[in-house]
Amino acid sequence: MRLRIPLRAVLVTAGLFVTLIVMAGFTMTTGDFRVPIGDVLLAVTGDAPPAAEFVVNTLRLPRLLVATLAGAGLGVAGAVMQSLSRNQLGSPDMIGFSQGAATGGIAAILLTASGTVGTSIGAAAGGLATALLILALVGRHGLNGYRLVLVGVGISTVLMAFNGYLITRATFGDAQRAVAWQVGNVSGRGWDHVTLVAVALAVLLPVVLLYNRRMSMLELGDDTATALGVGVLATRLVPLLAAILLVSAAAAMAGPIPFVALAAPHLARRLTRNPGPNVLPAAVTGGLLTVASDFAAQHALQVQLPVGIVTSVFGGVYLVILLIVQRGGRRS
Amino acid sequence: MGKRLAGLLLVVVLLLITVALSIAVGSRVIPLGDVLAALGGGGDPDDVLTVRELRIPRTLLGLIAGAALGLSGALMQTLTRNPLADPGIFGVNLGAAAGVVLAITIFGVTSPAGYVWFAFAGSVLAMLVVYSASAGRGGTNPARLALAGVAVQFALAGVVQALQLADRGALDQMRFWVVGSLANREAGTLWKLAPFFAAGIALSLLLAHSLNALALGDDTARALGAGVAGTRVLALVAVTVLCGAATAACGPLAFVGLMVPHLVRAFTGPDQRWVLPYSMLLAPVVLLGADVLGRVLARPGELQVGIVMDVIGGIVFIAIVRARRVVHL
Repeated sequence: MRLRIPLRAVLVTAGLFVTLIVMAGFTMTTGDFRVPIGDVLLAVTGDAPPAAEFVVNTLRLPRLLVATLAGAGLGVAGAVMQSLSRNQLGSPDMIGFSQGAATGGIAAILLTASGTVGTSIGAAAGGLATALLILALVGRHGLNGYRLVLVGVGISTVLMAFNGYLITRATFGDAQRAVAWQVGNVSGRGWDHVTLVAVALAVLLPVVLLYNRRMSMLELGDDTATALGVGVLATRLVPLLAAILLVSAAAAMAGPIPFVALAAPHLARRLTRNPGPNVLPAAVTGGLLTVASDFAAQHALQVQLPVGIVTSVFGGVYLVILLIVQRGGRRS
Repeated sequence: MGKRLAGLLLVVVLLLITVALSIAVGSRVIPLGDVLAALGGGGDPDDVLTVRELRIPRTLLGLIAGAALGLSGALMQTLTRNPLADPGIFGVNLGAAAGVVLAITIFGVTSPAGYVWFAFAGSVLAMLVVYSASAGRGGTNPARLALAGVAVQFALAGVVQALQLADRGALDQMRFWVVGSLANREAGTLWKLAPFFAAGIALSLLLAHSLNALALGDDTARALGAGVAGTRVLALVAVTVLCGAATAACGPLAFVGLMVPHLVRAFTGPDQRWVLPYSMLLAPVVLLGADVLGRVLARPGELQVGIVMDVIGGIVFIAIVRARRVVHL
């Protein structure tokens, strides 16, 4: 297989990555307790003053890594789903997978009082079940159209209400935990969270990358792809499954952070001007968006906000602008 | 004509039954005889309190808010020529909600009669944004409408949550309001908002004839002598007043305005002179029915009607999307 690597995409990805590193530097040094950048680097190797080491290694670094990795996972999942559905709005949070993962996670928190692993399993089960339900409801030919998104809107509503119901039935402490998680939150995350989402990304990202080229060909249409020797069914199923698992892993660790999966691939595509799923640029963009949103969530107001609120507000505004711009384009 | 009149009578009977259920059935079980005694002011004092102070105000609120939401849904679907139009989907309710939360957190307004104006302002703004994102030639595109609505809802819900987190007092005050519920509303809310409900309902019903002309297309309507722009503006005013008042009273309730006019049109056809009164009477049946269901399902606690409506409404929404090829409208 001949590998063609578009220069622009490589440069964009590298640029985004550098921005992500800079943003990470801001996150690590800023806060009630200021840590000079030198101490941050020392803390990672274990040679910093104890206070700085505690702030960096226990408080800030796990949070930063969860935000980065969960955001990257959401970006990848969004890229896969938008490519497979040939629909810029067909991202997992628009069509209800994220809500389904949230429902599974909340159910695990509230009904089985489980910890990190249990929550992840619940989220994965919820995401998968929702995916199957949506695929059954839209039918074989509905995957490409707006029907997918509309059915997803309906499913999301039902699931959100169900989540609300679960929370009303819970004890106060459990309810607080579930509500905080439901918004999309990365505060107070530890190294076990980092490990889980890192493992998910390490296993699933290569799988998706392996199918990157085949997904690009599938965007040309099923017949063309078949003629080019692409197995259509496997090219749909394998990355789709990986995407669902990535969303579930991200949701389990950080809750259903809205709009990252929608916006990251879209922004990445615009920056690289490259057709196809743009998996890696979308991953870096997703990580950057989440880290930047979490930074704003921590420092924009006097109170600390969950990151999901920031992505919710900006994502909502972004989608409205997207719709208005698209309308202008279609008219002319 | 006879069939539709008979149908209207049937809806009225349904409405009476639902009202009776809403007074008789609750999360606390009271035998029917005791309910009747309590209505007259006799019997166990606890029963009297439950029936007269809790269930009757709640039922009245459901009646009038349901009527308002049903009417505004019917008006919106006609105005936008969009089968998915609904105050909830249009972001109007959350716009009103954001207005109310702002009023409480930033301006310290605490009474519904005070923050209803903020609710109006919020709902108008949200409606304008969603409309401009989804409008095109000959009405709004259903899919874009739903998406714009979702987007605005996300943005506004984020703002509401942020304000709540920033102000603990507001969180406590808003916690139950935001879900959408008929229960535990401040005494007198209904009467303070009654003038708004009355004006909105009267205006909607008066517009029925002009809206029929509008449904034929702008040019035909003009040829028939209908004031196209005037009708639109008045209908938007009616929608805003009805949704704003309903939201100020009950919190954001979605889907009532979506499904009721659908059910109604399937029976009456598109004539607004029938659709509007039917929607006005059937919507409270749905809303109160959902409220009663919420009280029965979660005994000894109860489910807020907003949650019940979201579940039922989400399923109906999917059914509408699947049944009608809305995308090609």
